[in-house]
Amino acid sequence: MDFNQLWKILASPDNIPITLLLFIVPFYTWYGFRQAFANDKLIDQLEANPEMAKTHHRKTQPWRPEWTRDVHVWPYLLRIEFLAALIVTIILFVWSILLNAPLEEPANPTLTMNPSKAPWYFLGLQEMLVYFDPWMAGVVLPSLIIFGLVVIPYIDVNPLGNGYYTYKQRKFALWTFIFGFLILWISMIIIGTMIRGPGWMWFWPGQTWDHNRVVFEVNRDFHEIFGIRNAWTAFIFGGGVMTVYLAASAWGVHKLITLTEFSRKMYKRMSLLQYVVMQIFLITMLLLPVKIALRLLLRIKYMWVTPWFNV
Amino acid sequence: MADTQPPVEPNFKDSLLAIKEKALEEAKALQTPEKTEVWKSILRVKHDETPRSRSLGVLSNVFLHLHPAKINRDAVAYNYTWGMGGISFYIYIVLVFTGALLMYYYHPSKVVAFRDILYLEHDVPFGKLLRNMHRWSAHLMVITVELHMFRVFLTGSYKAPRQFNWVVGVILLVFTLLLSFTGYLLPDDQLGFWAVTVGTNMARATPMLGSDGPFGAAMGMTPFNDVRFALLGGSIVDSNALLRAYIWHCVGIPIIASTFMVVHFWRVRKDGGISGPSPMMLASEIKELKKA
Repeated sequence: MDFNQLWKILASPDNIPITLLLFIVPFYTWYGFRQAFANDKLIDQLEANPEMAKTHHRKTQPWRPEWTRDVHVWPYLLRIEFLAALIVTIILFVWSILLNAPLEEPANPTLTMNPSKAPWYFLGLQEMLVYFDPWMAGVVLPSLIIFGLVVIPYIDVNPLGNGYYTYKQRKFALWTFIFGFLILWISMIIIGTMIRGPGWMWFWPGQTWDHNRVVFEVNRDFHEIFGIRNAWTAFIFGGGVMTVYLAASAWGVHKLITLTEFSRKMYKRMSLLQYVVMQIFLITMLLLPVKIALRLLLRIKYMWVTPWFNV
Repeated sequence: MADTQPPVEPNFKDSLLAIKEKALEEAKALQTPEKTEVWKSILRVKHDETPRSRSLGVLSNVFLHLHPAKINRDAVAYNYTWGMGGISFYIYIVLVFTGALLMYYYHPSKVVAFRDILYLEHDVPFGKLLRNMHRWSAHLMVITVELHMFRVFLTGSYKAPRQFNWVVGVILLVFTLLLSFTGYLLPDDQLGFWAVTVGTNMARATPMLGSDGPFGAAMGMTPFNDVRFALLGGSIVDSNALLRAYIWHCVGIPIIASTFMVVHFWRVRKDGGISGPSPMMLASEIKELKKA
């Protein structure tokens, strides 16, 4: 166990945000879900008791009939905003006094940094480079992340859970977002920052970054396992594999979308366009964990090799 | 000569007394400064504790007027919003402020950029603090913006009627990342240089628009006319790239991002204010969709 190495990674000033993320993200996930479960409990009570549903103010926040419904922004909101600004200012001052922004040697195109890393918020994308070619990891998938986020409000047909925390009423939506945000975005950033060392090789926390380390990884393309050598046969074979994969994951996603009675009801509310868009984005999203598994478990590099691009 | 009093003497004394009295009277009026003309002209409305004044205090103030006069009593709860949207905006203001100060000491030129940073760190009073605060604020803003998005998703706040404001929010998230990324190159050190080299090498692989991307060669793309060349103003990360990063970072993206921010905040109000905590809806209350 190389604690010096571990400390160097955790305490390097530019990595502090990720060390912060390790605590902040789980905290806010807990903070949100705690309220979601509290609300779910009240929802259960209201559903079991229609009389209560008619009279209850339907929030977990306390309520008394003699209270006014609204409060003045001045002072009840503005004082909170002022306090928040004050606290953030103090945090920034303390942070800036204690830790210096990194400054390396002057830029030198002839001396490559190893590892050379993108800023931390793009390390998830850089980590994807291990599993996809640059045109996918660097261009297509990031664009799809943006467009995928943009279409969320237009494909989520569930009218429940608008303006309050709930798990019970939005299970599918929450699982999808948690998977995308926490697993595919945040944890990939953490891997890229904390785990990847020289040569973008995998170093466990506490393992010394050895710049001379050599890893013998024989990566194969999927068709090579089947002994296919001819490029065009491989192209057709890979196309078949992709088709099978897409069909299988579309089927799997469909099963997920129509898993419960409630989700089948939501499925019926979807237009064909909404359904197709949702399928496209979910299948693409699934491609990443599938390729990670193929690469790390089976040492498979490409599923589909063509003369123009590889997937 | 000696018995003739100068005729002006008593009048002068009297007028002095009159002036003194007037001054005292006016000084007394200053004890209630809110009644002076200057005060009224600046603040326009009374600032006492009546509901009317409290409302007007918010509504008639240009900096506060994006707020409504009153909000739901539960909406001020920290556990609902986490305050992340407001904190992100505040950090943006901090970044504009510290960034503008940094611009006084920085030349976007390959010759002096790095030396400017050294000068800033060692010779400019509070220069190091300034640079540190700008960098850590940038990092913190990325975190708070992402957490803001997380909260908005968890509370389902993107649902009708706020769908479009979510889209504006996604655009703002992208610009937040781009702002941070363009700033990364500016110190012109190894860290920024290689991060931007790695980042822009991706552009080379853009399908059809990059020289190394699928179908790029077929579209006539070379390292000297592809999308990466447009980003860097050259085929390598050099002085033109530094200048382009600087202009995008200090002028282009801040203007675009500020514009979208205006829309974002405006839409928060127009879409009915903050989304909750709103009364919970039960599954049995879902209305059938109307056939279009």
